[in-house]
Amino acid sequence: MQCPKCHAPMHTYNRNGVQIEQCSGCRGIFLDYGELESLTRLESQWNQQVPPAPPAPPAPGAPQAYPAAPAWGAQHGGHHGHHGHHKHHRGFGHMLFSS
Amino acid sequence: MSTTRAQLADAVSRIRPGAGDEAAVLADRADGTVVRCGAVVAKAHAPDADQVALAARLRVAAHPRCAGILLAPLAEADTLADGRQITLWTYGEPVAPDEPEAAPWAEAGALLARLHTVPPTALPGPLPSMRGPAKAARAVARLRATVTAAADAGPAAAEAGAGTEAGATPVRTGTPVRTGIAATTGPPALTTSAARSQLAAAAREVGRAWAGLPGWARGEGRAGAGPGALCHGDFHLGQLVRHHGRWLLIDVDDLGLGDPAWDLARPAAWYAAGLLAPEDWARFLGAYRAEGGPAAGSDDPWPRLDVPARALTVQTAALALAKAAAARRALDEAEEAMVDACVRIARLSEAVG
Repeated sequence: MQCPKCHAPMHTYNRNGVQIEQCSGCRGIFLDYGELESLTRLESQWNQQVPPAPPAPPAPGAPQAYPAAPAWGAQHGGHHGHHGHHKHHRGFGHMLFSS
Repeated sequence: MSTTRAQLADAVSRIRPGAGDEAAVLADRADGTVVRCGAVVAKAHAPDADQVALAARLRVAAHPRCAGILLAPLAEADTLADGRQITLWTYGEPVAPDEPEAAPWAEAGALLARLHTVPPTALPGPLPSMRGPAKAARAVARLRATVTAAADAGPAAAEAGAGTEAGATPVRTGTPVRTGIAATTGPPALTTSAARSQLAAAAREVGRAWAGLPGWARGEGRAGAGPGALCHGDFHLGQLVRHHGRWLLIDVDDLGLGDPAWDLARPAAWYAAGLLAPEDWARFLGAYRAEGGPAAGSDDPWPRLDVPARALTVQTAALALAKAAAARRALDEAEEAMVDACVRIARLSEAVG
């Protein structure tokens, strides 16, 4: 399978029983139908098991934590995102200037 | 429009002979036409503009307390034959549209903070209300009218509702992750029932997000207690110009008293939708706080920004859908991100009641 973004080959990984395709080029991740929900379910199970940990201090050289966002906010950088590199969205340049 | 341009150029040459021969249209929308003649910019305000409120807003822009914050109007004003009011302004250099990365986010944050800390009592009143919520309501009404018109237009109108139930719609999945079929969605032409049902489905999501907002954010009644702060009412990067190296806010048509968080809410909505880079958002917010801005809290700004940012998300998505439908084009990435955000807002507000 080829990455729809950069066309590099994608490799399949298994995360907690969920099959994930990751691009060997841009590191973007592809989820099949229902897999996101599976991951979300696993995440909520995990959160119920462990008490919330105090926020860890950022490691030296690690990308800075994002500023706070609302509960309905998008994942910054999207599924193709790289830490420290922000995706440029087509149309945003125009939106910045319109009412 | 060319008539309006000619009339504006006429007005400029009458008031400022020799300002410049070439009249260039800077903006031409239902809510105003802006023409530049050399160093002078003339604006024909909306035909339905409240003349009393506009006069009050222009007095604020001309007030010494707002010098260095708002661009002041030139003293002369005029009206067009059809009654539209004309105001004149000195031309300022806008933010380069092809270089959004170079946008003056910090300066914008500082300017808004200074605007919000102007004591309303120091200004000539009575001051009108800031028009932000009213504009959000207008955007939602425009989308509803677009959906109704599209549904009435085609013989397959009845089909439009049917294909959108039970997750059959390929419009949105509520997450930016592509789930197989989403990538195959082609550009819509509203001549097809599929395009009409896509529009209707997206508009329903926008409507659900809108329904979860408190009345004041939907333009129904006033926010909370107190008179509020002096707000711009329609802040975006097109509302900044540079004069002699200093940035100023322009366009006072929506200025007035209200919740100052509204002026931060459009960048907040862009950030929440994943469009505005975290570093730009942090620069904007940091400069706003450093200048004493009252609407961002000291740590987490979202308790203050949440409602206005939801409203601006809905407004932006509604206008994007209405404009795309009118032009029979697909949403671009940024517009899709705003509709996606509406889906999440709707789910969240319905989940928490």
